[in-house]
Amino acid sequence: MDKTLNHKAWFLVLPVIALVAFSAVIPLMTVVNYSVQDTFGNNQFYWVGLEWFEEMLHSERMWDALGRQLIFSAIILTIQIPLGIFVALNMPKSGFWSSLCLVLMSLPLLIPWNVVGTIWQIFGRVDIGLLGYTLDALGISYNYTQDTFAAWVTIIVMDVWHWTSLVALLAFAGLKSIPDAYYQAAKIDQASRWAIFRYIELPKMMGVLMIAILLRFMDSFMIYTEPFVVTGGGPGNATTLLSIDLVKMALGQFDLGPAAAFSIMYYLVILIISWVFYTVMTNLEKKEG
Amino acid sequence: MARITLDNLAHSYLAKPTTEDDFALKELNHVWADGEAYALLGSSGCGKSTLLNIISGLVHPSQGRILFDDADVTHASTADRNIAQVFQFPVVYDTMTVRDNLAFPLKNRGASPEYIAKRVQEIGAMIGMEAELNNRARGLTADAKQKISLGRGMVREDVNALLFDEPLTVIDPHMKWELRTQLKSLHHEFGHTMIYVTHDQTEALTFADKVVVMYDGRVVQIGTPQELFERPAHTFVGYFIGSPGMNVLSATVDGTEALVHGAALKLARHFGKLDGKVEIGIRPEFISLTEGEGLPVKVRRVEDVGRHKIVRAEFFGNEINILAPEGQNISPDMNRITFDQDQVNVYVNDWRTEGKAA
Repeated sequence: MDKTLNHKAWFLVLPVIALVAFSAVIPLMTVVNYSVQDTFGNNQFYWVGLEWFEEMLHSERMWDALGRQLIFSAIILTIQIPLGIFVALNMPKSGFWSSLCLVLMSLPLLIPWNVVGTIWQIFGRVDIGLLGYTLDALGISYNYTQDTFAAWVTIIVMDVWHWTSLVALLAFAGLKSIPDAYYQAAKIDQASRWAIFRYIELPKMMGVLMIAILLRFMDSFMIYTEPFVVTGGGPGNATTLLSIDLVKMALGQFDLGPAAAFSIMYYLVILIISWVFYTVMTNLEKKEG
Repeated sequence: MARITLDNLAHSYLAKPTTEDDFALKELNHVWADGEAYALLGSSGCGKSTLLNIISGLVHPSQGRILFDDADVTHASTADRNIAQVFQFPVVYDTMTVRDNLAFPLKNRGASPEYIAKRVQEIGAMIGMEAELNNRARGLTADAKQKISLGRGMVREDVNALLFDEPLTVIDPHMKWELRTQLKSLHHEFGHTMIYVTHDQTEALTFADKVVVMYDGRVVQIGTPQELFERPAHTFVGYFIGSPGMNVLSATVDGTEALVHGAALKLARHFGKLDGKVEIGIRPEFISLTEGEGLPVKVRRVEDVGRHKIVRAEFFGNEINILAPEGQNISPDMNRITFDQDQVNVYVNDWRTEGKAA
């Protein structure tokens, strides 16, 4: 079949190009621009090449933040994925209670992030917060503004509270798609509960779990609002995760050059880790099959 | 292996069934003899799968009891009943190898590894998948999947019964024959009680010693293929078995005479005067198309199916089917039919009446 060639058709793509350029490409390029220049004010910029990148790569501050970030994401994933699956497995499969569960579980997902932060910030306060006050009354030392461990526990529990539902809902959708015949056959074959999970439910959930892991990884790796509201990155730098550090650098200190270099590397790290995740998991799935 | 007794069994999928129509399976008493091969035949939605799932314990009946030999298993779990069942939809554990799939029921029962290895090899040979035993059971054709499901069903030797729920629906016709033959030889070899659900009469008639015909949640007849053919106990059996099915004509019956639209027909037996919905049933095989003798028909068309010809005709405004032998020449003058007296069945309200010797 002959294709009709009409170069005027390119004009039809123009609006989209203009829109995407305005909303994405130009702002992104500005960041790239900042990352390779320095300024002493007066809107005078000097080319510095990759200096900012080199500086950031040798910055202990960034490596510390990256370390904290990796630990945070790892903990979040190890708690939320199994917990989400566990919740999904124990949810009623149909009827009124199932719907009720679904609605209740999606509630945390609907709360704006800074509100989630505020809720936990107050909840954990020793003077007026229910949690903080109760723990204090029980004689347990808990003060997230001074104690590193308490601060970490607070932001992790908060994230688990906020996001486990997402994993559970995805896992539930995966479970619901398994035809009844599989469970019936497993019963006939006298499979144990564990065997049913291992050989039927888990394989059938793999697809949605992969999405859940990717989403939770990316989100937790970029987390900003909630820990910022609760701990502000403290005590000291104990909960200063990558994005909190980045904002401090860019807007607090107005170090636009290093912050831009930081942003670009941050972006590349997320891209690479997500790609590795995805490749490994699709390969795993192929190998399973 | 066990004799399975159904005692006053009935099932409704509703929580509080009120009328008889609420029951998917109407009250039923039946004994499945130990070691027999049964086919459960009926159209879709007649309750045959429900009955099968009740026997295997996947569904718990609303009323009645199930006995295996003399033990009441009504509330026993599927595992305790130790039953094998193969479903219409093939189920394969696709993260396992074919070998592990076949070994799965044995492993779950804690059989010894040597026994499992030996048994799986045998079953692998039986379903013709020896070469694929070590492959992952993924990306297989529907045929292969169902063969694995069948293999998993047959792998345990000590099961109380083997249940098949339309297992060959997804399989290619030539493979169907082969697998069915294998199931039959398996039955001869081990003598398991087998129940085979199907809506395909050929499958039912070739597989089973006895065919159980279900209609609208009720068992309407249990018999050998020959009995079902010659003496259908219910008009549904007559219509469902045979190709084409039995002709059912409304009539009035008095003594040894039936009146079909005013035309008199001699019967072989004496029935007295019958009330209710009276019909006579006659299979197309037992009607002959003649010239000048018998009752008038209008031939609509003739279908030559190779072994015989099916004549579709109009008989007092009703459709009637006649089987003519392949050799018979059908001329335009043949516009009358005669019935084989001995093969005319009389039905009152859909159920066959026996009558007395005339």
